[in-house]
Amino acid sequence: MTEMPARPILELDGVGRIFARKPDIAARIAHRLVGSPLPARVRAVDDVSFTVQPGEVLGLVGESGCGKSTLARMISGILTPTSGRIRFEGGDMADMSAGDRRRAGLAVQMVFQDPMSSLNPRLRVVDIIGEAPVAHGLVRPADQDGYVCDMMERVGLDPTRRYLYAHQFSGGQRARIGIARALAVQPRVLICDESTAALDVSIQSQILNLFMDLRAQMGLTYIFVSHDLGVVQHISDRIAVMYLGRVVELAGAEDLFAAPQHPYTRALLAEVPRLEPKKRQFTGIKGEMPSPLNPPSGCHFHPRCAVAVPACATRRPALRALGAGRMAACDLIGEEVAD
Amino acid sequence: MRQPALEVTNLAVSFATRRGDLAAVRGIGFHVLPGEVLGLVGESGSGKSITGLATMGLIDPPGRIVSGSVKVNGHEEIGRSEAELRKLRGRQISMIFQDPSTTLNPVLRVDTQMIEAVQAHEKGVSHSAARDRCIAALTAVGIPSPEERLLAYPHQFSGGMRQRLAIAIALLNRPAVLIADEPTTALDVTIQSQVLGEVQQLAAETGTALVWITHDLSVVAGLADRIAVMYAGRIVETGTVAEILADPRHPYTAGLIASVPSRNRRGTRLAQIPGSAPSLVAMPTGCPFHPRCSSADAICRAEVPPPRPVAGRTAACHHPLSAAAEVQG
Repeated sequence: MTEMPARPILELDGVGRIFARKPDIAARIAHRLVGSPLPARVRAVDDVSFTVQPGEVLGLVGESGCGKSTLARMISGILTPTSGRIRFEGGDMADMSAGDRRRAGLAVQMVFQDPMSSLNPRLRVVDIIGEAPVAHGLVRPADQDGYVCDMMERVGLDPTRRYLYAHQFSGGQRARIGIARALAVQPRVLICDESTAALDVSIQSQILNLFMDLRAQMGLTYIFVSHDLGVVQHISDRIAVMYLGRVVELAGAEDLFAAPQHPYTRALLAEVPRLEPKKRQFTGIKGEMPSPLNPPSGCHFHPRCAVAVPACATRRPALRALGAGRMAACDLIGEEVAD
Repeated sequence: MRQPALEVTNLAVSFATRRGDLAAVRGIGFHVLPGEVLGLVGESGSGKSITGLATMGLIDPPGRIVSGSVKVNGHEEIGRSEAELRKLRGRQISMIFQDPSTTLNPVLRVDTQMIEAVQAHEKGVSHSAARDRCIAALTAVGIPSPEERLLAYPHQFSGGMRQRLAIAIALLNRPAVLIADEPTTALDVTIQSQVLGEVQQLAAETGTALVWITHDLSVVAGLADRIAVMYAGRIVETGTVAEILADPRHPYTAGLIASVPSRNRRGTRLAQIPGSAPSLVAMPTGCPFHPRCSSADAICRAEVPPPRPVAGRTAACHHPLSAAAEVQG
């Protein structure tokens, strides 16, 4: 289902984001005069390209600091890319008129990890969910109450509780409020950034089921960001694996878990705790994730890679197609097969 | 049977509030043998962390231990003075917490904190001998170049390294019992398995009994010998890992296992437990799980089920599932 002829709903083309502190005047003068270094720059996301088809669920996985949340925030329009383009239904957000950009922005909504810090504690739920659609003219002010009730029912909340505050709900119900708020502006794409990470297992499964029901009912497209590979495996059609700002592998969920190609993906999948009642020897990938301030040269993964060759330290492997809709950024994959 | 390293019987902890006493732990019992790993599994609010703190004697007012006994190597801990408990903690029984940055002193160098921990429990250990033990402990948990790292401050370590540091300090005096309260929850999977690997090896080498508190069944699946599942302040099921995971008898355990995404076929609806865990202020009568249970009836609403032996393990349920019963979603 990855080879759909339909026009992609999202296209990312060489998207990158650099975070840098603006050097103050003293640092700039020192740099001019004696060549002292400018403040460090972090390349949080580095040249990421992929497309998402309408109705697809794309999982974005990686360890902390790999840039998955930064990428999600750029797609949702909260952050702007420092390089590359993000096109929504063919149109580049950066080239749009203000009105078009607002409409495109509404079509991509985000569901955050921690509902407590993303829901206004001083607003009643009826306003948390109903404010945006009224402000954007999707719903007349007189219809707000009924619209909110409808949204609450859709996500499995009791509409009679709409005049309560967010803190009066349980964790799972708060997650539902966050989802209802995102849905209220009638988005086409929902970006879920660790949306179930703070929930207990029994509640997490309720919310994952809700996401899948909503997809079936409303034809939503999802970008599902998570560090929990079990969750991503369950819900995604395709999965992109990130390491230090780059996508290292992109494949259909079943293919990826059945036969991971990139050495990092292989190591990562081997570490996932499984629900098998068997004592196992935990080993772990050697070493730790290097600092994004000073990433290794060439392939970012080479210092920890079990199969690295000297060339990996100098040459950056491109993300190349391996057939059947799969892509991986490792120059050794073809050679291994040839051996 | 060997003497358990840790034996907890009928432990109850409650917290005094304006709305009356809230019972967080309601009479639980378990034991851990030397060298054994017990996984204490439960969702938020089930009382698993309070159980860990109570076995360390770390319940502060308004909380108090209402009843029960905690025996470490056969010696009763409850009722001891704070001074006696201080001698026990770190030597007989140690604890590691979820967030190591809150358990390490940020303004002291690592060597100061570690040498202090050695000398506090053993009078007459020289500074250099204590230092050597610290270096050995850091090496054992896989911290590279330990001599240099001893001179660093905790903030100079990464998250995974800091958790290793906390584990090294907890194991410095080779305690009989180590309580680990979600120590890998904040870590990435690759770092988590490094830390799990080191703890697993150390517990086996030193014969330390390990209580691993977690909400994540898949972590204890590969680590523990036995599992105790907690719900609303009680242990609802105890058994070996194989028994619990392959053939759960308590409906809550079965529901919990069924809701793990990797247990379900990709793309299908996940099995889910309806509702959410009860609040301590509004505990249902009878079995605390009955409002969420599909097989609940009149007796479940009226009487708290006592832990009973079922097929080799213990389950607290009026209607335990039969072998290989299918769980309804």
